[in-house]
Amino acid sequence: MAHAVDHAPAHDDHGHHEQSFFMKYMWSTDHKMIAMQYMFTGMLMAMLGGFFAYVFRMQNAFPGMAVPGFGLVTPADYNMLVTNHGTIMIFWVAMPVLVAAFGNFLIPLMVGCDDMVFPKLNRLSYQIFLLSAIVLIAGFFVPGGGFGGAWTAYPPLSAVGVYNLTPMGSSFWVLAVALEFVAFLLGGINFITTSMNSRAPGMKLYDIPIVVWTIVIASVLFMCSVGPLIAGAIMLLFDQNIGTGFFNPAMGGDPVLWQHLFWFFGHPEVYVVLLPTLGIVAEIICVFSRKKLFAYQTVLYTMFGTGILSFTVWAHHQFISGIDPRMANVFTITTLLISVPIAEMLFVYIATLYKGSITLSTPMLWALGFIATFLIGGVTGIYLGTAGSDIYFHDTYFVLAHFHYTFFPIAIIGTYAGVTYWYPKMFGRMLDETLGKIHFWLTFIPFNCIFIPLFFLGLWGEHRRIYSYELFDELWKYQGIRQFATVALVVMLAAQAIFIWNFFKSLWSGPIAGPNPYNANTLEWQCPSPPPHGNFAELPTVYRPPYEYSHPDRKEDFWPQNSPV
Amino acid sequence: MDIFNFTRLPAISSFATSIDDVIGWVTVLVGFWFIVTEVVLFYFILKYRKQNSPKAAYITGEEPELFRWISRPHAAVLVFDVFIVVIGVRVWLDVKQTLPPEPVPHVRVIGQQWAWSFVHPGLDGQLDTADDIKTVDDLHIQTNQQYIWELEARDVLHSFSIPAMRLKQDAVPGRVIKGWMDANAAGVYEIQCAEICGIGHGLMPGKLHVEDAAQHTAWMQAHSPVARIAAN
Repeated sequence: MAHAVDHAPAHDDHGHHEQSFFMKYMWSTDHKMIAMQYMFTGMLMAMLGGFFAYVFRMQNAFPGMAVPGFGLVTPADYNMLVTNHGTIMIFWVAMPVLVAAFGNFLIPLMVGCDDMVFPKLNRLSYQIFLLSAIVLIAGFFVPGGGFGGAWTAYPPLSAVGVYNLTPMGSSFWVLAVALEFVAFLLGGINFITTSMNSRAPGMKLYDIPIVVWTIVIASVLFMCSVGPLIAGAIMLLFDQNIGTGFFNPAMGGDPVLWQHLFWFFGHPEVYVVLLPTLGIVAEIICVFSRKKLFAYQTVLYTMFGTGILSFTVWAHHQFISGIDPRMANVFTITTLLISVPIAEMLFVYIATLYKGSITLSTPMLWALGFIATFLIGGVTGIYLGTAGSDIYFHDTYFVLAHFHYTFFPIAIIGTYAGVTYWYPKMFGRMLDETLGKIHFWLTFIPFNCIFIPLFFLGLWGEHRRIYSYELFDELWKYQGIRQFATVALVVMLAAQAIFIWNFFKSLWSGPIAGPNPYNANTLEWQCPSPPPHGNFAELPTVYRPPYEYSHPDRKEDFWPQNSPV
Repeated sequence: MDIFNFTRLPAISSFATSIDDVIGWVTVLVGFWFIVTEVVLFYFILKYRKQNSPKAAYITGEEPELFRWISRPHAAVLVFDVFIVVIGVRVWLDVKQTLPPEPVPHVRVIGQQWAWSFVHPGLDGQLDTADDIKTVDDLHIQTNQQYIWELEARDVLHSFSIPAMRLKQDAVPGRVIKGWMDANAAGVYEIQCAEICGIGHGLMPGKLHVEDAAQHTAWMQAHSPVARIAAN
């Protein structure tokens, strides 16, 4: 029953005849094609976000220079680039790639069904997402230029045209963000319903692979948190365009209200993108250490606990924003509490390696690289969650380095882990391992060279979003460190060409992968690579949990979930 | 002694050292976990590589003697968190939730696009009198004297930040936010705006002038509108 709800007409063919180019690539309801659409859109947006980072880091390191490929950077350009770098990387890269692309590709394959429960809704989700990206980019070219009030868009700066000087750009920005949220609400419905209702016969809740659970929990978190921000975005649009005063103190409004609406969403959002990466990493470390995931149920309940706690920590972004100072004490306690489940997750992943048989393949390097660096993001969060030290660190480069040590491992390392791991399933061919490892090291080492120095700049008092530090005597003397970080960034961005080359070269000339190149257990590896429209020739039945590697009762070191014996 | 001052800045306020101590203790406590976790991670990666460990063990993680290795560190993390909360909250109470007993001089700090305006109480020690001294981008205070600042914003959010004092507070239009500060070392220090406030956000460096009592009185006499009128 669950396999036959709301199917699009194109879907009933199951590959019996060729679909037209338009139906196959542009108007598809196939979850795998929609996943590819999300992934390629997200990767194109990542190039844009990376280019923005290059331009403003060059200005930061060499103020006043004509940046190759961009030209002179004005203060308005600088603010616009910083703002949209953050917006793009979180809403148009991390969300579409980690949640939507992996969610769409993996959930039907891993729970053993032929497509999402609502394929047309899925198609609509991507179309609205694409529209939101077009609106965002269109906003860069309107009179006055793109919005430059930081990705958090605090009013009154974001609400009043004479303050931000980009009245049209800021409305386009808010509209794009609101549309993007609608797209993910639609997508999230599919992730939750498909995982709960369309599982293969025999697949009990504890038999669901962790990565599917993480995307489901992330979707629930997103749905529960995004409502207030969509409301806030509409209020901000009204303040900008029709003269309401929700955030205007002169009209009885309050600017700090926006901060609550934004961060009530914004903090759970961190876990919305973190959880899928934690799931991807769990899959990879089990396969490449040939080990069962350590304490599956503990992992699952820890994730639920993290999700619930994530709704109680938002005001740690606002300790010094003018909220009642007594509130900071409550939020210090909840914020430090959330370090407990996150530490537990990392401990469990490390425990999974214990007595394993580890192959350092490219996906495994990315997965282990995630654990090693995300830990830095985690421990530096304690300085900021503690209200007493946040007085000093708030709005410094320490904060910036901290969240790049969370978001870079989540969004970039996590994506590369997932893409290199599932590439054989997506395209039927293997990536080049040598190029993959070169790409890993040329990304991983420069990443640390960019952000470790920024921790120190923040510790030494450097505040954020400054066009040039020439006017600040206490900070200008550290210019050499800024230049070092910028050079590391340029090296890292250049190294991404290796990945692009490897990706496209392997599409044509990579060795044929076969259905299960890693001897993995989960269901996506039990169908052909790439899976045809409809996925499984015969829908599978599940007999056991997902991580039965190196089981003593079995000769092979893996035991597919659908293998009857 | 400020053994935990990692900021490469002087610590001029009486709470600067307390904040440095929070940073220092957090570094010790989380540094411990960071090092232990990374060491175990890299040890396992090297020890259990395929060439050293051709066959993996079958461990569910529910065996009590193994699960202890997760649950005990888990409890220990919680204990460390309690320590950090206590250290952090004590400093927060002192810096942000307490004001010095009156009478102490007040100064008004006003953020606007893109400058800091300061209203000093002048020789009479009272704000909103004829001898208030108004300045732009230069704040003058006396050493070893507590002040209450009243922070306002004219247009958008700004953030009043003096790194050498470890002081920071957002300015919100429509509100007057009060807090306190003091300084124990004469000198000139930087004032920043730490909250993005438009295209001139980088153009708001102010200067904090900390002067001893004699110098400060001399400055007030030279700049007080009342004293200047009397002299003419």
